Amino acid sequence: MNTMMGLINLEHEHHIFNELTYFRNSASLPFAGRYRLIDFTLTNMVNSNVREVAIFARSKYRSLLDHLGTGENWDLDRRNGGLFILPPDWNDPSDVSKGDLQFFHNNRDYFHRGKSNYVLISGSQFIANTDYKEAFQMHIDRQADITLVSTRVEEQKDEHTPYFRIEADDLGWVENITNDRKNPNIFTGVYIINKDLLLELVDYCIAYHHPHFFAHGIKEKLGDLKVQTYRYGGYSAFINTIESYYHHNMKLLSEDNYRELFLKQNFVRTKVSNNPPVKYHGNAEVNNSLLANGCRVQGEVDGSILFRGVTVKGGAKIKNSIIMQRCEIDENVYLENVILDKDVHVTKGQTIIGTKDKPYVVAKRQTI
Amino acid sequence: MKECVGMLLAGGEGKRLGALTHHIAKPAVPFGGQYRIIDFTLSNCANSNIETLGVLTQYSPLELNKHIGNGKPWDMDRRNGGVTVLSPYTAKNGGDWYSGTADAIYQNIHFINQYNPRYVLVISGDHIYNMDYQKLLEQHKQTKADATISVIEVPWAEASRFGILNTSDSLRIYEFEEKPAIPQNNLASMGIYIFTWETLKAYLLIDAKKKSSSHDFGKDIIPAMLADELRLFAYQFEGYWKDVGTIQSYWEANMDLLDENWGLALNTNWRVFTKDSNYPPQHISQSAVVNDSLVNSGCFVYGTVNRSVLFHNVLVERDCLINQSILHPNVKVGRNSVLERVIVMENTEIPEGTNIRINEKDDPVVLNQEILDGMLAMTGGGK
Repeated sequence: MNTMMGLINLEHEHHIFNELTYFRNSASLPFAGRYRLIDFTLTNMVNSNVREVAIFARSKYRSLLDHLGTGENWDLDRRNGGLFILPPDWNDPSDVSKGDLQFFHNNRDYFHRGKSNYVLISGSQFIANTDYKEAFQMHIDRQADITLVSTRVEEQKDEHTPYFRIEADDLGWVENITNDRKNPNIFTGVYIINKDLLLELVDYCIAYHHPHFFAHGIKEKLGDLKVQTYRYGGYSAFINTIESYYHHNMKLLSEDNYRELFLKQNFVRTKVSNNPPVKYHGNAEVNNSLLANGCRVQGEVDGSILFRGVTVKGGAKIKNSIIMQRCEIDENVYLENVILDKDVHVTKGQTIIGTKDKPYVVAKRQTI
Repeated sequence: MKECVGMLLAGGEGKRLGALTHHIAKPAVPFGGQYRIIDFTLSNCANSNIETLGVLTQYSPLELNKHIGNGKPWDMDRRNGGVTVLSPYTAKNGGDWYSGTADAIYQNIHFINQYNPRYVLVISGDHIYNMDYQKLLEQHKQTKADATISVIEVPWAEASRFGILNTSDSLRIYEFEEKPAIPQNNLASMGIYIFTWETLKAYLLIDAKKKSSSHDFGKDIIPAMLADELRLFAYQFEGYWKDVGTIQSYWEANMDLLDENWGLALNTNWRVFTKDSNYPPQHISQSAVVNDSLVNSGCFVYGTVNRSVLFHNVLVERDCLINQSILHPNVKVGRNSVLERVIVMENTEIPEGTNIRINEKDDPVVLNQEILDGMLAMTGGGK
């Protein structure tokens, strides 16, 4: 049976989230009340029958390690295969590789030992709840070298700028990979590649001192390869800036979007926490909001997302804001268009207001 | 060797819970928005470092077995010890159902012996309370007791409904009275025992041979120990404790969770652990009003929810009023419905315009799809 092994490559991801990524990489950025960005990629991989996943993580991965643990929440705690977190600790004196090629070069064993002949590669910033079984079937049926997952966006936004665009013929064979900002067919960063070819292209990139596997190994060699695109049409989001982070969280307050992302497919898997159900007190006023377990609400919450274990005391009002794990909001606080990172304590009577375009961000563990 | 092995009695049917236990054992009945009743005792063990535990099952154990699994949520997936589900079995010389609480332990003496413990903790899986069993064990060791029974002070007026322990000033027990007409004391047994294993084992072996015995801790083992003047002590527990044996008390215990000043807060350091349903966060819509309630993940609320407990994936449509009710997982309540003092069981779909109010004087009503359909057929449908 044909199977894929997984690779989550965080090396060339942009993390321009300011305060939110001072102490974590963007893969472990909390999202939608109880998830981290990487949960979506991991879930999609597991749902595609991937039984082993490697993660290339260069920096700020403490919270990622904590989140992933043994991989049991994704059923990746396995006797064979499972989860391989591969931070950089390399001691090969002959190593001349650069960029993400360093990871490929120093972890060749992962690919050699895996029994799969195909590799499913992804970053962590493309958010969707799907599987790539159909894309994989198409990859095999059409005997492609590489299958790039693309999606068409209705409206070009800043968050789309860094992504490659795909030009394909009517049959889906890729003719060009560009940076053309007007092209709505965006490469999601998810692709399937034959394992032998991957290793061959790794050698090529290293021999020519190239630092970026996809850009140099695939994009530049497009003419020599059979590359097709699989078009993903479901709900998705690209999250790589504070603005896109805020915007895509808020979009989930619409019931349609929420259902599309969370209920159409299997559940998105994440680390379980054992928080009790949300406790609503007598004077609580909660509308148009998402709340994760462990919250206790006495005040007013409107158009907001509360992560696990947030306390909102009486007389406090939270509007259009994202409040992460275990924040405490004291009496008579007013928050509007604010993002509070984990463990922030806002004391009695404080007011913090941001704007919709530029939400006010408070870093982890601050007392205000 | 383990110092103390726990034995959790979870085989009871819980007949007085009516439809709630038609298909599942009482300890597996959903409770408090995301738990099952047994989670409270399992979590007490986890929080008290009782890491070797036998769970004795008998009545409809499927859900219970599935729930406990390898014990992961309670950190009981251990290489040595951990949780073991002990169901009745057959052996060379035949086999039998567990005929009483003491018999259940007697039939699993070999399980306990594997760990060669000094002490055995005997608890049951159908009570709601948070308790540190280490404190009980400490007292047991200090008093050099043969058995220590946890007791709770009950109002004198209600004392005749309980098993009452008559004690000296030092809390040494000299008499046990099951539901005394004229109580001499108001310390009620909570059904939580610590025994010195060697002593208990001897009494279990003798009791097993008695044809007349009902093989019950309260009725046989404790009285026999008292008759022999063993050192039995009461351990006085302070805090919330409730036997959820009837529909009324099940409903009350759920409502107690909504009380601000209640001792058993779910959000303290004393966590109650359970299997996570992994639903996405709950969605509270623009039209929703939610007060004095517990709501679990995956719920969609459009209507009004007041003094109620909603388990995961419950849907409350627009213009509904849910009051003083308990909605188990996957319940759907259609538009314009009113539910008051109702317990709705898993997967029940309540059609639009249903109106069920149970008044204060009557016991709350338990509904499943079958009961509901019967009710609606009699009243000519929900509309």
